[in-house]
Amino acid sequence: MTLLTALARLLIFPGLLFAVPAAWFFLWLERKSVALMQERVGPPFMQPFFDFIKLLGKSTPPRSGIAGLLMRAWPLIAVSAAAGAVGLLPVLPSFGGFEGDLILLLALLELPSVCIIAAGFSSRSIFGEIGSAREAALSVSYNIVFLLAIVSIAASQHTFRLEALAALPASPLHWLGVLAILVCLPAKLHINPFSLPNAEQEIYSGPLTEYAGPELAMWELSHGLEWVACTGLVATLIAPHIALAWGTSLLAGCIFVVLSVAVVLLLSVLAAATARLAIDSSVRFYWQCTLIFAVLAISSALFMRFRS
Amino acid sequence: MNLWRRLLCTARRRSPWLFHMNSGSCNGCDIEIVAALSPRYDAEQLGVRLEGSPRHADILCVTGPVTRRAVRAVKTVYDQVLGPKAVVAIGSCPATTNVFIDSRTLDGPLDKHLPVDVFVPGCPPRPDAIIQGVAKAAEILAERGLERTADPSTRLRSGLAQDDRDAANEASAGVQP
Repeated sequence: MTLLTALARLLIFPGLLFAVPAAWFFLWLERKSVALMQERVGPPFMQPFFDFIKLLGKSTPPRSGIAGLLMRAWPLIAVSAAAGAVGLLPVLPSFGGFEGDLILLLALLELPSVCIIAAGFSSRSIFGEIGSAREAALSVSYNIVFLLAIVSIAASQHTFRLEALAALPASPLHWLGVLAILVCLPAKLHINPFSLPNAEQEIYSGPLTEYAGPELAMWELSHGLEWVACTGLVATLIAPHIALAWGTSLLAGCIFVVLSVAVVLLLSVLAAATARLAIDSSVRFYWQCTLIFAVLAISSALFMRFRS
Repeated sequence: MNLWRRLLCTARRRSPWLFHMNSGSCNGCDIEIVAALSPRYDAEQLGVRLEGSPRHADILCVTGPVTRRAVRAVKTVYDQVLGPKAVVAIGSCPATTNVFIDSRTLDGPLDKHLPVDVFVPGCPPRPDAIIQGVAKAAEILAERGLERTADPSTRLRSGLAQDDRDAANEASAGVQP
């Protein structure tokens, strides 16, 4: 992959130029579909865009010292990490990529939530700190399952390269891994039933309580980009198999978008249908119920690998 | 630059985020605010979002007659909302202190302490009246963005708000003994 194609991927497609409108669209789609399921009209189509512009035009509270500097830096780091993660997704067929880009993608996907934890603690607000602690506890729980699922997919296919991984014929393990990733997405995206870190009835806005104006706009944007990256990751793992089944790879881009939208709708149904779980229930869900499947998946993947 | 400011005004009009502050209300108005967001009235179609933190909000919705204990909290929360901002007084209590008038536990009405932009009269006001008040406040926010007034506390109350205040006085006149 040359520098030029890397820049094109990061800035144009599927990077910033595509991902930012897609992020707004997904945020709107989530709010709108939840509203429709609650028999409401829901927000207008341009709502996330207007929210973003309005936040850019608001003033920010004066911040000083290292803590202030950090508070300004965290949202920017989160946005760039999420945008980089979207840029790594192999949307178009024969798109390039490099050995190990899956690991880089995982690291970039993880950075926004690390940034949120750090932001809550550096805001010095009691609500921010509680929110960050919850986010950290949740992150420790779902990440084990999330990482084990991806490692089991990669180990069974003998590659850490996203495109090659998606193009290989799928094994049952592959689908088990995709399922495990899907189970982790609500916690990664902070939607119900795992919306603990930003539970506004309990701790105001959690880690983002002290954020305002352009900084909050950046957090909203990074949240939207996380939606694009996470649903895109699932779509990447499923799309080539559907495209192969139909005997064409031209449609891969369209199938990718349709699948991402389908995952967003699926998560919205879950968010609308469930209530928020307490922290102990959330942690228990990941450690007791899903960890077993993840361990089974990775052990069978390793077993298959040593046998072949 | 002009285009950016016009876009900003549209965005401010179409994305009012609320922070709800109770200054000693009987919870009647608070319930009606929640009802305004419920499926029947659905304020979200105007872009309204009830935010958890005053830092995120554009419009401060105050209910209650402002008790002595609440004065400092109301002022603090008003300062925590970042500009441009608007204040909506919901119910007759923040407008006139309603039936609690002359009570020694009160330090109201609200406009003694904050520059109120819109008064929504009623005891409690209907959810559609609350939504109308919030929509008016969003219009005021957009205009304020064009004016670029530096300090909102020195600004004169608009004619629209004065009308609302008169209506609130009339509405609560029948309630007072």
